[in-house]
Amino acid sequence: MDTVIRGRVWKFPDDVNTDVIYPGRYMSILDPAETAKHAFETVYPRFLKEARAGDIIVAGKYFGCGSSREQAATALRFFGIPVIVAESFARIYFRNAINLGLPVLSCPGVSAAFEQDHEAEVNLATGTVKNLTTGAELKSLPLPPLIREILDAGGLIPHLKGRLAQTA
Amino acid sequence: MPMTMAEKILARSAGRSTTIAGEIVEAAVNVAMSHENAGMVLHHFKTIGASRVWDPERIVIVFDHRIPAESERTATTHKTIREFVRAQGIRNFYDINVGICHQVLPEHGHSRPGELLVGTDSHTTTHGAFGCFGTGIGATEMACVWATGKLWLRVPETIRIEVTGQFPAFVSAKDLVLYVIGKLGADGADYKAVEYAGPTIDAMTIASRMVLSNLSMEMGAKVAFVEPDEKTVRYVRERTDVPFEPIFPDRDAKYVQTLKVDVSTLRPQIACPHAVDNVKPIDEVGEVKVNQALLGSCTNGRLEDLQVAASILRGRKVHPETRMLVIPASWAIYEEAMKAGLLFDLIGAGAVICNPGCGPCLGVHQGILAPGERCISSTNRNFQGRMGSPEAEVYLGSPAVVAASAVAGRIIDPEKL
Repeated sequence: MDTVIRGRVWKFPDDVNTDVIYPGRYMSILDPAETAKHAFETVYPRFLKEARAGDIIVAGKYFGCGSSREQAATALRFFGIPVIVAESFARIYFRNAINLGLPVLSCPGVSAAFEQDHEAEVNLATGTVKNLTTGAELKSLPLPPLIREILDAGGLIPHLKGRLAQTA
Repeated sequence: MPMTMAEKILARSAGRSTTIAGEIVEAAVNVAMSHENAGMVLHHFKTIGASRVWDPERIVIVFDHRIPAESERTATTHKTIREFVRAQGIRNFYDINVGICHQVLPEHGHSRPGELLVGTDSHTTTHGAFGCFGTGIGATEMACVWATGKLWLRVPETIRIEVTGQFPAFVSAKDLVLYVIGKLGADGADYKAVEYAGPTIDAMTIASRMVLSNLSMEMGAKVAFVEPDEKTVRYVRERTDVPFEPIFPDRDAKYVQTLKVDVSTLRPQIACPHAVDNVKPIDEVGEVKVNQALLGSCTNGRLEDLQVAASILRGRKVHPETRMLVIPASWAIYEEAMKAGLLFDLIGAGAVICNPGCGPCLGVHQGILAPGERCISSTNRNFQGRMGSPEAEVYLGSPAVVAASAVAGRIIDPEKL
């Protein structure tokens, strides 16, 4: 995983729920690439038309609230979103993202610091979040060591396989 | 050191004498529940390379989200899971004719006081009504639970909610929990546990307690406990031989917040579009015509919910411009409602009875909304686009409000019908 990620910002408001990120009617889809084709489809159709792999999502508080559907994280990870920076995350979304190897950073003040289409630079090692368009610089909340370990392994399954291999 | 229920159960699950809020522990899971998303769990499980699940007796799978299969893709998922449970010897498998997971697990004795129950469904908080640490997780981590029986969990801080007073007529647990969500906000309990206590909770039926624990998810709760009492123990004992040991909070346990609510003057509460914390007393909702009235779901599809609806609909008719859907939460409830004559009252009034399951709550089938339509619903989420068109609106209320509104064709206080 790259430690420093740069990309164009897609800005979302507070309380973006998993029904909005990934509609329930597509929940029977198992193929992650197919899942990515429905991200934000119903409420933010512009995302699918204009967002590109490598773009960064910046959101308000409580991103990913609602259902436990993992596809809401899978869809963004396989769309090619390298990191999500939000004021805060709903707990199951946070777990799902980390477990899939998608970095999610809670960063107080990030919502006010970014507008749609700004350029962001996120340093996963230091937690620094820079707005390259305005020069603003913020610090995200540190991730606990276990979470870092899971992300570094590329997700929970590679992490578990690594642990099983060590104990074998 | 004094501990909350969450701290005590996670200490027990982690094989330790104490834990403290904020710590991350590796916990041993007692029950691992999935519904149709067992298909996705299985997909991940195969990539781990494990051939057998850690303990087939501790895995429970319930079909409820799309039953009977609404598409070929779902039919294929159902088939794959049926083959998997047979091959793995998973006996606690409930096919399309049993009910919604959060009702089926308690009914079959899988929700036990003092245990850790994880489910690949956010409303797994429901099982907190039995003093069980019930919490929602994702499919990838469930695959790891299937393989190892273990999972990392952060020990949550706890909010204590103390409830006193007697409910006025037609005001119920749903109104109480909507009121609390309105006060604390949609993320008011994010990453936190909730403990409900007080004389009002003690007097509540098991079914009503389940409403509180279930809907607490909508303020972000990781788990929402009701302390187990004689009622709880009797309910669980009647359904399982598996031994369990209830856990109670210490008197001087540390809470991050304490909320006191007196329900004696509580009005019916409505969560207006498109957020569950957009809660108003019914008197402030204004004139809202409804095209659909939905009674059901893991929140409010239990016998007492059908009873109050039938009492309102008996001898009345559903408004000609409104469709009413009734979905019992389980087959057991369906059968009891039939024996009690409630279904007769409901269909007599013009309601449509659907087979027990999640129904249209998550927008898959059985009552999807068209653009511009409005629904009054006893379910748990009113997010934009959840029940169909993003231009439709869902209002959440109690079973009594749903039934009365079905008759009036608009959202109405049952007292005023």
